[in-house]
Amino acid sequence: MDQTLQKALDQLDQASAAVRLAVQNLATTPGTEAAGDAAHALSGGAIDPFVFRFAIFVLAIFVGYYVVWSVTPALHTPLMAVTNAISSVIVVGALLAVGISASGIATGFGFVALMLVSVNIFGGFLVTQRMLAMYKKKDK
Amino acid sequence: MNANFASFLYLVSGILFILALRGLSHPTTSRQGNLYGMIGMGIAIATTLALAVPSAGGFGLIVLGLLIGGSVGAVTARRIAMTSMPQLVAAFHSLVGLAAVMVAAAAIYAPESFGIGTVADIHAQALIEMSLGVAIGAITFTGSVIAFLKLDGRMSGKPIMIGGRHFINIALGIALVVLIVLLVTTESKLVFWLIVAASLVLGVLLIIPIGGADMPVVVSMLNSYSGWAAAALGFTLGNLALIITGALVGSSGAILSYIMCKGMNRSFISVILGGFGGETAIAADDGIERTVKQGSADDAAYLMMNAQKVVIVPGYGMAVAQAQHALREMADKLKANGVDVKYAIHPVAGRMPGHMNVLLAEANVPYDEVFELEDINSEFAQADVAYVIGANDVTNPSARDDKSSPIYGMPILDVDKARTCLFVKRSLGSGYAGIDNTLFYKDGTMMLLGDAKKMTEEIVKAMDH
Repeated sequence: MDQTLQKALDQLDQASAAVRLAVQNLATTPGTEAAGDAAHALSGGAIDPFVFRFAIFVLAIFVGYYVVWSVTPALHTPLMAVTNAISSVIVVGALLAVGISASGIATGFGFVALMLVSVNIFGGFLVTQRMLAMYKKKDK
Repeated sequence: MNANFASFLYLVSGILFILALRGLSHPTTSRQGNLYGMIGMGIAIATTLALAVPSAGGFGLIVLGLLIGGSVGAVTARRIAMTSMPQLVAAFHSLVGLAAVMVAAAAIYAPESFGIGTVADIHAQALIEMSLGVAIGAITFTGSVIAFLKLDGRMSGKPIMIGGRHFINIALGIALVVLIVLLVTTESKLVFWLIVAASLVLGVLLIIPIGGADMPVVVSMLNSYSGWAAAALGFTLGNLALIITGALVGSSGAILSYIMCKGMNRSFISVILGGFGGETAIAADDGIERTVKQGSADDAAYLMMNAQKVVIVPGYGMAVAQAQHALREMADKLKANGVDVKYAIHPVAGRMPGHMNVLLAEANVPYDEVFELEDINSEFAQADVAYVIGANDVTNPSARDDKSSPIYGMPILDVDKARTCLFVKRSLGSGYAGIDNTLFYKDGTMMLLGDAKKMTEEIVKAMDH
């Protein structure tokens, strides 16, 4: 068990190091796009920003793999509830659509998306909290 | 706000989400983890608002949307019964799926706001990522709606088999690929909506042939899908928080599906292709007259009060009968009498991963009395009584001993090794897999026929005598 945890932490470290590097690159160039663009310029335009995003994606899958295996089976239901809540971070797309979109139609879609994920954000975290509050140890 | 700084903040919220999952490795750290998750979400929202400052009207709409959605979510979270958790999770998945479709639609109508080009000139790569996101999102949406209807009992849990469904699914899959290529080359909005329509249909077709007992796999799988949809859109938006979260959720759901499949000794493919769970399988009728020993609540109370060690095995039937509180009372009485009480939980007991643990926690059962299959299975041999309440197939010795059984190879709880097995059951019918349980006819088994909750309450009463 401890070994798995250690592995998970190592993976975490590696992932954050990789990402930190990408962010450092980013800070040196006035790019407006995300991590990829800066690295794109530094590497002489040879590497597409997609590759950097993909690297982060793959590393995050590994982090997820080790972290989720270390979740105790007793908490698998809260795990589903909380993963559901965090996947509502898709709200960032909805906010862009509602906040700054030029087209009325897009604002409409964004607004619907925003309402849907708000249900999830509040519902997901609160129901997880409610469940977790019930897990108690034996009174000794 | 500077876009570089914003990217950094998105990264921070991604890391906080990782810590949220990390916290779940133990109940004591889990609440802290959930808090990290909330902070991460708050950072992601605040960053987006600071990066792309909305107009006054836009801001008003955002507050309105958050208020409406937020209050619906908060009220639901507060009111929902713990037994309905599988339905709730399925419903929440459907919302993420639909939101992904809506965000992609917004992006195709107003690509400038997402920095992916202009109308009629969206980057090809963004279009591919977007169409993947929208396809997976739409499948997640209808798939989760069907899962919700089945779990909520509004639709029969029996598998619905449509003739030639494999053919239809493959045709739809090919159509999706063709449509995605078309979308990239033409950027036609019609093609976009055709992708949505095809995926919606595919979502329905994928889930309706899957039976009730296989729902733990389905719920985990849809959890995974909602993650991949989020990740695909994360690529479109170039957003680190979304990419990281999508990868986390995607792999989390995939691992849970794997654990559930292993708990049933079935391959993922065979679950997805449907059938089995709920199908009217071969009722093992070999013509031999077998006798069943029936007992009363008084017998059960007497047996357990005089036992040294009792292991309780809850299953979906306990959830249906809402018997968890009565069960805890019974365990309290036993403990007060010096009996060693433990709970044994099979990985696929209930309708979603960890379903039984949550219900027991709700009834104030301490989590250190609850054990997983591999940790407790060796203890049944020393137990005086195994009290099986609402579980069936996960205790069927045929899975261990009978090579011809359809569930052969599935790991089971060895309740038949306990000196006496008390089996609470509504009637002598077979379980969800439709397989006769040979446990009923064993010498050491005493059947307690009746509603799980009523029977347990009667036993509690009988213990007072």
